[in-house]
Amino acid sequence: MNAPLLSVKNLTVDFHTSEGVTRAVNNISFDIPAGKTIGIVGESGSGKSVTSLAVMGLLQKPAAKIPSGEILFKGQDILKYSDSQMRDIRGNDISMIFQEPMTSLNPVFKVGDQIAETLRVHKNLSKKEAWEKAVHLMDLVGIPNPTGRAHTYPHEMSGGQKQRVMIAMAISCEPKLLIADEPTTALDVTIQKQVLDLLFRLQQEYHMSMMFITHDLGVIGDIADDVVVMYRSNVVEKNNAQTIFTGAKHPYTKGLLACRPKLGANPKRLLTVSDFMNESGEEIKIDTAKVVVYDKEVVPEKSSDILLEVKNLVTQFPIKGGFFNRTVDQFKAVNDVSFTLKKGQTLGLVGESGCGKTTLGRTILRLIEPAGGQIIYNGKDITGVYGEELRLLRRKMQIIFQDPYSSLNPRMTIAEILTEPLVIHKVGSSKQERLDMAKQLAEKVGLKVAQLNRYPHEFSGGQRQRISIARALMLRPEFVVCDESVSALDVSIQAQVLNLLLDLQDEFGLTYVFISHDLSVVNFIADEVGVMNAGRIIEMDKASRIYKNPKEEYTRMLLSAIPKGETKSAT
Amino acid sequence: MLQYIIRRLLYMIPVLLGVSLVIFILFNMIGGDPTAVLLGKNANARAMADLREQLGLNKSLFLQYLDVVKSAFTFDFGRSWATKQEITYMITQGAYPSLCLTIPAFVISTVLSLIISLVVAFYRGRGIDLFVRFFCIAGMSISALTYILAFQWIFAFELGWFEISGFEYGFPDFIPYIALPAIIWIILSIGPDVRFFRTVILDEIYQDYVRTARAKGLSEVTILLKHVLRNAMIPIITYVVIQIPFLILGALLLESFFGIPGLGGITLNALNSSDFPVIKAMAILSSVVYILFSLLSDILYTFADPRVKLK
Repeated sequence: MNAPLLSVKNLTVDFHTSEGVTRAVNNISFDIPAGKTIGIVGESGSGKSVTSLAVMGLLQKPAAKIPSGEILFKGQDILKYSDSQMRDIRGNDISMIFQEPMTSLNPVFKVGDQIAETLRVHKNLSKKEAWEKAVHLMDLVGIPNPTGRAHTYPHEMSGGQKQRVMIAMAISCEPKLLIADEPTTALDVTIQKQVLDLLFRLQQEYHMSMMFITHDLGVIGDIADDVVVMYRSNVVEKNNAQTIFTGAKHPYTKGLLACRPKLGANPKRLLTVSDFMNESGEEIKIDTAKVVVYDKEVVPEKSSDILLEVKNLVTQFPIKGGFFNRTVDQFKAVNDVSFTLKKGQTLGLVGESGCGKTTLGRTILRLIEPAGGQIIYNGKDITGVYGEELRLLRRKMQIIFQDPYSSLNPRMTIAEILTEPLVIHKVGSSKQERLDMAKQLAEKVGLKVAQLNRYPHEFSGGQRQRISIARALMLRPEFVVCDESVSALDVSIQAQVLNLLLDLQDEFGLTYVFISHDLSVVNFIADEVGVMNAGRIIEMDKASRIYKNPKEEYTRMLLSAIPKGETKSAT
Repeated sequence: MLQYIIRRLLYMIPVLLGVSLVIFILFNMIGGDPTAVLLGKNANARAMADLREQLGLNKSLFLQYLDVVKSAFTFDFGRSWATKQEITYMITQGAYPSLCLTIPAFVISTVLSLIISLVVAFYRGRGIDLFVRFFCIAGMSISALTYILAFQWIFAFELGWFEISGFEYGFPDFIPYIALPAIIWIILSIGPDVRFFRTVILDEIYQDYVRTARAKGLSEVTILLKHVLRNAMIPIITYVVIQIPFLILGALLLESFFGIPGLGGITLNALNSSDFPVIKAMAILSSVVYILFSLLSDILYTFADPRVKLK
């Protein structure tokens, strides 16, 4: 067998900060053979992105230091290369796509120019030649009307299209190795599928090697030849994909495989990594009592009281135009939506970005004014409720947002964040009493009381989402809208948070509207599912029935986009 | 775009009406009796009554307000009480020395600050960055008066490189007169400018698209001068353009200390001698200039940032 294209040998990366030295990557080794795809899997902070940046020579100096190890590319140790030698390789022999298509493109340059720039740096093309090549590349990555679209700016494109532009840029110099760092994590499942298919096709066409970094084992099942699993800066398991998916050895890998909700099964709660191994990383026996599978169709309904009834709800945003910027038309974000929701039940709303599901959630909470229809909560029409009455209503209805990084005020401690709703609604007689209530709930959501004096940035994404959940529950609401509440989380953390939401629902008798673009997540948590498209609920049924026989073509498309969590058919 | 500009220009009408109303109310409330001010010690009832008639102060308040409005829209402000000159003439005369001082000083200080901030951003966190930041703070902390007195003493009086005071019309005759105040202007503005530009540039340097540019294999200099600078220009343009009205209105302090007969000096004299028509004219002029340049900065914004569309 030939020497591998890229060989990482005993690589260690340390970060030197004012608070000391953190080891981000600890003595890892793996090979990427020419023309093969290697998946590097692990949760945030496991060192997988740092590894890729080390290969690119893009680690932030002087904070990052590499005390030992080699990165051999075509037999040469590129760690010893000078800055200018590395610049010749970057974008040329080794290129990279990033997680955030929204911010990874320069907002003030035309996408055509941004693609052409790479070509001009490495291939010495004239301006015109580079532009023509850029248009050709845009065609290749499946952007319609590339001649025209090359003149557009990034903000005029959708997330999926921006990621296609990033890919076009990365493959422009026909690299030997393409590093894809969570390229689909920020995208809807449907777009994720398209981007994965595209990457796989290009990899075959160009005979590239690919290093695919993800937190979600399910995603790379279809495309990876080998898988390297990283956990807490170490490689804990590496093997060919087939073996990883069918006979994983390390408990962490087993946990990763188990924690993704699957469409076929209906477990009562999801297994998480902590069911497979303890804090110190030793394997533990799975508590079989936790692996309860049940059929949602035969589970008796918890209650027959209707909590929420939405009738012909319409929410519209004005389209401005004309000389005096008057409203010339209305965009109906929510168009004639009706449903009923019983106490203690969960309604899942699925659909792609822009389908109106978030607007619907916010309209129900009266955070956005409806233009028509009725919202009947607990038998009372709340569509026209204002002032004090609305404020009292807000105690009963809460929301948990998607992004745990930006939805917590960075300058407030967790205790302040949790007690603020109590202060606003004048709950609790003293500061101490409010603090006690915060402590109680913090423990319920899995935070430690000692952590309450810390600030949000000291917590991980999963912990922050626990804080957001606790904040929403401080006022003991009856009804909670979860707006993509687990979409920004790693799958392993997602499973924990989903379990937590279910536990809290049981304990406090909560009623949820759960909004997500991922049908597998909704299928797991919801009793009933509404599929939204263009502002309307096009199909609504029991979760299990929607999965088994979807009536609408659109629903079928959403279903087929979900990663199967299996390998490509054994070849 | 054209529609937007026309609409914004039309918005000037209500704004100017409001400005004239505020100015009118202020002068009627706090100005005191202008005839007493004008006639000074020799005031007697008869002279005051004549003057009231002459100045149109006998007219109803509404008609007087209409006069203010009329002057705001026609730019005819009448004559100065102190010098008896046409105010429009005074303004055009004063604008020349003011602009001779402020335009070169402003252009040089802005360009210089931008260059310094780019260098500092490139070597962020290192010695030169700390050194420049130290001098920015130090430069801002010293009063303008200190510079004026010290520089006049050392460079003009002792060394005789520049004129201490005065002005001459025509290029290049005015250079010895404006050089020293211009240098002081530059020293005073570099501190805050560099600090602002540096922050803006550093904000951009840590953005994701810069990482993408590095991944393409671009050099750090290209990244800074092409990718980062274009994005940093968006806030910088607003910051710079919004200062331009102040250039036109002259440098109050510098002009009066260096004896430059600019708009700043005219305003200061008018304030000292309660020359109400001149003060009114300057107040209206400044709001017009301000509105026009905020419109200009909005328009320039669309060129710097393709995400902004004026409708």
